[in-house]
Amino acid sequence: MDQMATITRTKIRIEGVSKTFDNGLTALARVNLELAENSFTCLLGPSGCGKSTLLGMIAGFVQPTTGRVLVDGTEVTSAGADRGVVFQEYALFPWRTALENVEFGPLVRRLPRAERRRVAMEHLEMVGLKGHETKFPTELSGGMKQRVAIARALANNPSVLLMDEPFGALDAQTREILQEEMLRIWQQDRKTVVFVTHSISESLFLADRVVVMATKPGCIKAIIDVDLPHPRDRTDPEFIRLERQVKQMVREEVDKLGVI
Amino acid sequence: MSDPAVAVLLADEPARPMPRLDTKKLGVVALRTVSILLFFAIWAGFSFANARYLKFFNPILMPSPLDVLRTGIELTKSGELQSDILASLSRVLQGFVIAAFLGVSLGMAVGRSPFLESLLDPMLELLRPIPPLAFLPMMVLWFGIGEASKIAFIAYAAFFPIFTTTLEGIKYVDPLLLRAAASLGANRRDMFRYVVLPAAMPGIITGLRLGFGLSFFVIVAAEFIAADSGLGYLINDARTFFLVSQMLLGAAVIGLIGFTFNRLLRILEARLLRWRKTAWN
Ligand SMILES: Nc1ncnc2c1ncn2[C@@H]1O[C@H](COP(=O)(O)OP(=O)(O)OP(=O)(O)O)[C@@H](O)[C@H]1O
Ligand SMILES: [Mg+2]
Repeated sequence: MDQMATITRTKIRIEGVSKTFDNGLTALARVNLELAENSFTCLLGPSGCGKSTLLGMIAGFVQPTTGRVLVDGTEVTSAGADRGVVFQEYALFPWRTALENVEFGPLVRRLPRAERRRVAMEHLEMVGLKGHETKFPTELSGGMKQRVAIARALANNPSVLLMDEPFGALDAQTREILQEEMLRIWQQDRKTVVFVTHSISESLFLADRVVVMATKPGCIKAIIDVDLPHPRDRTDPEFIRLERQVKQMVREEVDKLGVI
Repeated sequence: MSDPAVAVLLADEPARPMPRLDTKKLGVVALRTVSILLFFAIWAGFSFANARYLKFFNPILMPSPLDVLRTGIELTKSGELQSDILASLSRVLQGFVIAAFLGVSLGMAVGRSPFLESLLDPMLELLRPIPPLAFLPMMVLWFGIGEASKIAFIAYAAFFPIFTTTLEGIKYVDPLLLRAAASLGANRRDMFRYVVLPAAMPGIITGLRLGFGLSFFVIVAAEFIAADSGLGYLINDARTFFLVSQMLLGAAVIGLIGFTFNRLLRILEARLLRWRKTAWN
């Protein structure tokens, strides 16, 4: 594999990052993490452990209280087109059709009209939405909306793709299909992916590395390298062993919260 | 409408087929027609009964729909009605355009700047509860008895709803959409043009519709006080000579014009906000 040479280059570096909100709540405490270029990392942890906060810092939506986040060696201070984001709530522009949503990035990058149409069509096709170009978000199902959101992020060709529980609101079948397509897209067109999820199975199915987070305050509890080849089989004994191991860790964190 | 933003939106979206009429809709239309016919029947019946049996009022004070129609035909023949309609419409349109321009642009400016909001909002809140009519005599003193005072008065009255809905629309844009746009590479200008403005558009259009309704509402009052033409003048003038059917004619014409313009604005709204309606089809 010739990727081995590049896989060691650090793409995202999180250095001693903490976040205390105005209300005094410490969401993250001294988080250090290095993410290699072209890697697929899942952030896993119970609700409230600061996954979205950490992702928002890489995206540039949230500023750390201490420490810093570096992407390609440059400190992140604001959002930018080099870091595409896919939100759990889709965040599509309701007044734009599927195609016009995907065109948004090319539009604000001032690509010529024909070129941005072509790019948008290509990406809609990639996520399997050919024939739905002129539909408005209100006319699309949840799964279709999330496909549009993924196509919209990818149409900008960002080097980092940040996804916050993108499949959380979908039914189990749609979710598995989109996971497989996500992998296909990622393998085709490698990007550094940071993927937030609650689902252990999802994280082990997708990621090279699973970052298990601890709560109160949010920090990194363990990092698990998943060396299984793709496509992964959820019934494989090694997969099941890892699943059990991670479940145990997450369980400890949930118990710590004491709300069940 | 003078608003350049509306023109931008119109130009930006590809054409889509309009929804067709269905039988259910036809039933609703039929019922609505019956409702209007019923109204005229009750009116005609009451007027007839008053003239023949009840004698509540002098029959001249309770004309029938037909009498009103007859007056309408007479006044159309003499050309008086047309010139009054034209006079009122041109005042309403001029006043409304000024209000729309000021309301939308100030609403946008204030919505984008917390400084401007703190500066202007208390001032406007102070003026808002005062019925615009209270300022009419003053405006006549300031702008004279000519067109300017009526136009200024209409503009003043229509300004408030347009300004307020624009401001609210601009202020309460979903922050998630702003984040999405920022991470797609939008700068501040893009963000305003492609996110804030379309998000505020439903509010702005509602404000324009309310403002237009209000313009019609106040024109009559303005023409009562200081005018020698217009539908308000037509009504007030009729009072001097006990011409009740002329008064009712004036009222009916104002109602018809208001209704027509409201429909037109609704059609424009449905076109601009297609993305909202599609969910119900
Ligand atoms: N803007 C804010 N102001 C104050 N507290 C906040 C803010 N945003 C998040 N928090 C708090 O910080 C903590 C971490 O929030 P975050 O959204 O990062 O959690 P999460 O791991 O993404 O949870 P979930 O899985 O439920 O999405 C939570 O306790 C949350 O209530
Ligand atoms: Mg979250």
